[in-house]
Amino acid sequence: MKKKTMSKNFRSKLITFGIVIAAYLIMQILIGTGNVSSLLKGLLVPLCIYAILAVSLNLTVGILGELSLGHAGFMCVGAFTSAFFSCCVKESGMPPALRFFLAILIGALSAGVFGILIGIPVLRLKGDYLAIVTLAFGEIIKNLVNILYVGRDENGFHVSFTNSLSLNLSDQGQVIINGAQGITGTPSDSNFTVGVLLLLVTLFIVLNLIHSRDGRAIMSIRDNTIAAESVGINVTKYKILAFAVSAALAGVAGVLYAHNLSVLSATSKNFGYNMSIMILVFVVLGGIGSTRGALVASVLLTLLPELLRGLNDYRMLIYAVVLILMMLFNWAPRCIEWREKIMHRIKGRGKETKEADV
Amino acid sequence: MSFLQYLISGISLGSVYALIALGYTMVYGIAKMLNFAHGDVIMVGAFTTYTVCSTMGLPPLLGVLAAVVLCTLLGMLIEKVAYKPLRKASSPLAVLITAIGVSYLLQNVALLIFGGNAKSFTSVLSVGSLKLFDGQLLITGETIVTILVCLVIIVVLMLFINKTKAGQAMLAVSEDKGAAQLMGINVNATIALTFAIGSALAAVAGVLLCSAYPTLTPYTGSMPGIKAFVAAVFGGIGSIPGAFIGGILLGIIEIFGKAYISSQMADTIVFAVLIIVLLFKPTGLLGKNIQEKV
Repeated sequence: MKKKTMSKNFRSKLITFGIVIAAYLIMQILIGTGNVSSLLKGLLVPLCIYAILAVSLNLTVGILGELSLGHAGFMCVGAFTSAFFSCCVKESGMPPALRFFLAILIGALSAGVFGILIGIPVLRLKGDYLAIVTLAFGEIIKNLVNILYVGRDENGFHVSFTNSLSLNLSDQGQVIINGAQGITGTPSDSNFTVGVLLLLVTLFIVLNLIHSRDGRAIMSIRDNTIAAESVGINVTKYKILAFAVSAALAGVAGVLYAHNLSVLSATSKNFGYNMSIMILVFVVLGGIGSTRGALVASVLLTLLPELLRGLNDYRMLIYAVVLILMMLFNWAPRCIEWREKIMHRIKGRGKETKEADV
Repeated sequence: MSFLQYLISGISLGSVYALIALGYTMVYGIAKMLNFAHGDVIMVGAFTTYTVCSTMGLPPLLGVLAAVVLCTLLGMLIEKVAYKPLRKASSPLAVLITAIGVSYLLQNVALLIFGGNAKSFTSVLSVGSLKLFDGQLLITGETIVTILVCLVIIVVLMLFINKTKAGQAMLAVSEDKGAAQLMGINVNATIALTFAIGSALAAVAGVLLCSAYPTLTPYTGSMPGIKAFVAAVFGGIGSIPGAFIGGILLGIIEIFGKAYISSQMADTIVFAVLIIVLLFKPTGLLGKNIQEKV
């Protein structure tokens, strides 16, 4: 019995990986035969970024069962720390592959550390309060990055929170993080292949976590915190574990984002709470708690409005309507009743025809 | 003297926050939900006044009235369509996410109708400014009216809740929905009334906010909305005097932060207040202690 369920999990994982790899191969063939417009080509890396974000946010919202509206903040941390690192070592002659690998590690680590630091106080709260505090932290991170100035000269690093002049750099010095202007000249190491690889790694981490002992502990906290605590599950530890992993993976998405653009600045468009909410839409549409759903929804919702040209103006409007309808359809007690009735009828009919066949 | 000037603009901004926070706190007290779309109702109110006054050229009072009526109806509609079906949902996240959806919907509908460019909102108030201490202290007409309107509304609201039957019904529903129903209170109607009052206050707040800060975009409401929620939490969510005190204090903190620390840091300071309050005194200044039941 146990073996059977494990193999079911394993098969489900293989299907998820299979979808990603198949989509990648199809895309590569299309690019090879020249069937992909430049618009779509430009979307490939963002697709991976959104997919990673959605899968990682699903860990917090779907598996841990807490609504985080500050996911873009962790992405911001990952993006800025990794871009800072890449800019610092750009001229040191480090091979680009190694540099990018280290950048990913640094981005993930720092976002994870932020996840722990923010998670410890924040995860004591629940529901609405937790949502609004994560939103607050996300906005604070974005605002702080906007007034952060870091420069480097032969004496080392200089940090200031007012303007680039107060860094007191020598003539040879250069400003690396320039406040609201952000970081310029990040090497563009991101590409579709790397994005897909990182997405696969993300899926591997998340799926393995969900199906492990730790993952079951996290889900038990979601289903009933008090019951979980009473059977000896360390609620705080597992909450922070899930939150930190989710944050670290958002950091990875940030690294991809930062190394996909030559200019990185924190605006309310890319790292504000609107971004966090957009990722939440992906998670909700994919079905809260479903990793594969989050993956598919993020790809579909990013591609559809871009492919159906002219619909771009209505993109966010469609998202909003979809979000409301999905929630009503999935959670309203009356809708659930109605759905069950319909399902019952369909099943009943299925049985009848089977019997007739016999 | 500049200290006094900042203090007065802080109180004025705080009055607007207090009006918005009242909507949050009443809805939270009764429906136990964070109405994320509340901030965008402000925007709808401001746009209505803008359309009636600037585009159609009708008198300001009519504009304000139109905004109040429209927002009241809108608030009740949102509650009926989006929130009521989810009231008994098994997950508390469901209604919160729906509220986020409604907020997005309002923003994007406004974006389609009015476009993304900022409109300049002509103040609906034609009150002269007050000069004190030989002109060293300037109090604009908007500031005076905002503070007065806020005070009047708070007093009327307190009287309404404590002296009328409908107000008492609201208190009863916020205490215990089931018991209130058994006592013959129409719970659905009471919740609808709460949304109506909250949205009407949001409309007034929208007009006042845009009279003081005259740029109007589809996103005008979202930041003040979130800050007003901070104010409601600060004062103790569910408490009407709390929302007032929280709003005023937050307005003062924001203006002082802007003036004395850094203008870019004002939002950060406001959010930091929220985090500190929630971590050390989650019930707020005047909130009741709620014990968790197993």
